[in-house]
Amino acid sequence: MIETFLQYWQFPFVRYALAVGTLIALCSSLLGVTLVLKRFSFIGDGLSHVAFGATAIAGVLRIGGDMLFVMPVTVLCAILLLRTGRGAKVKGDAAVAMVSVGALAIGYLLLNLFSSSTNLSGDVCATLFGSTSILTLQQSEVWLCAGLSVAVVALFILFYNRLFAVTFDEDFARAVGTGVERYNLLIAVVVAVIIVLAMNLVGSLLISALIIFPALSAMRLFRSFKGVTICSAALSVACALAGMLIAIVGGTPVGSTIVAVDIAAFIVCAAIEHFRK
Amino acid sequence: MPLITCRDLAIGYESHAILEHIHFAVDPGDYLCVVGENGSGKSTLMRTMLGLQRPLAGAIEFGDDLRQNEIGYLPQQTAIQRDFPATVREIVLSGCQARLGRRAFYSRSDRALADANLARMGMAGFAGRCYRELSGGQQQRVLLARALCATGKLILLDEPVSGLDPKVTAEMYALIDGLNVDGVTIIMISHDIDAAVRRASHILHIGGEVFFGTVDAYRQSPQGRRFMEEVST
Repeated sequence: MIETFLQYWQFPFVRYALAVGTLIALCSSLLGVTLVLKRFSFIGDGLSHVAFGATAIAGVLRIGGDMLFVMPVTVLCAILLLRTGRGAKVKGDAAVAMVSVGALAIGYLLLNLFSSSTNLSGDVCATLFGSTSILTLQQSEVWLCAGLSVAVVALFILFYNRLFAVTFDEDFARAVGTGVERYNLLIAVVVAVIIVLAMNLVGSLLISALIIFPALSAMRLFRSFKGVTICSAALSVACALAGMLIAIVGGTPVGSTIVAVDIAAFIVCAAIEHFRK
Repeated sequence: MPLITCRDLAIGYESHAILEHIHFAVDPGDYLCVVGENGSGKSTLMRTMLGLQRPLAGAIEFGDDLRQNEIGYLPQQTAIQRDFPATVREIVLSGCQARLGRRAFYSRSDRALADANLARMGMAGFAGRCYRELSGGQQQRVLLARALCATGKLILLDEPVSGLDPKVTAEMYALIDGLNVDGVTIIMISHDIDAAVRRASHILHIGGEVFFGTVDAYRQSPQGRRFMEEVST
């Protein structure tokens, strides 16, 4: 087994994949705690479908380096979805549901109508479940992923105390003059960035798992916000690494293997919580 | 000079006014209780004073060097908070968020302030405990300590004793009285008209005919008499 792994390690794309996968897992877990606690988990899911639609459009328009197109579209949708929370005709979760299934349908429709690929269902499957895209990243995409990941982590650390305040009690934060809208916007934009990054790793359907599972697992074990956040990041990275190694050695799809490891970790954490009581 | 003056205030959502023509002023050291039936607009009034929503008409003026973001706020707890994984210290420290300014992290003096306010609320030994594992009364004390970190001048309390048993309610009232004695101005929304009349210096009765004045004047007023009779029967 170790031999197989060492054999794979010689390929640069495997090393890229492990590095980028680790960084993406780290980023996606950080905001998970906030999203779960703010009852925003569904926004991640909605946005991932938007990212799928945008990828389809990018494919049809044959825009090279489609992350540069998908990223702004997803960020824009994140901002719009957050805005609809207040004073819109279609409220919160309904708006998210509408946008997400809409993007999914239009994306698939466009792919069907205009795709030049001979293996359409293979393409769709790859975008939805990210089967191998982490292994086929260009070097420029690796650097883009790495740069954005570092930016996300830096932003999170810089705004950690304010994110905590806004997550725990929006009204109190607003009353003492914290710009709650600004931070909600920041959260939405960062989530959109994370989703586009994570699409490479697990595909658009499975992104939510990457965001919420580590947070939920960590919340079983730790009682402080800081503890939950750190544990969530560590768990996410460990699960992603384990998942990728299993996938590479065992030849299973990367995305679903990582999510399966995340689920296993959650079950272990829940069991520990249960037996502690 | 009053800390807060409301002139001909109208409050409500969008263009629908719940309450109009509210006049009152709160001086430093006052203990104002806002009473009225459910749905009369007590919480809306409080949210408007905190700047969480705009007044439909009229004005709220802040005097005596008080800024709108210098009001300590004790909100009613939400479901999210009851289940929130955070330590008591993390929560109290978040009361210092306005002191952060452009800094990213809390300073030593912020931490000292948080610890001092925890001790003031009799919760000094609880700093490392998990918030969601505390009793209702202990949680209220933690949130009160957080409000004190935001200000030493004026505290707004939204139904601070709702859901607490009689003994804990009495303790909570005693803590609030103690703050008022120390010079903190108190504005409290309350269902508990008996306690309000016994403890407050002023009463603002909203819903129907608006009354604002001292407790003694309230006892003599038609609103006060009617409301107190209703409660005692």
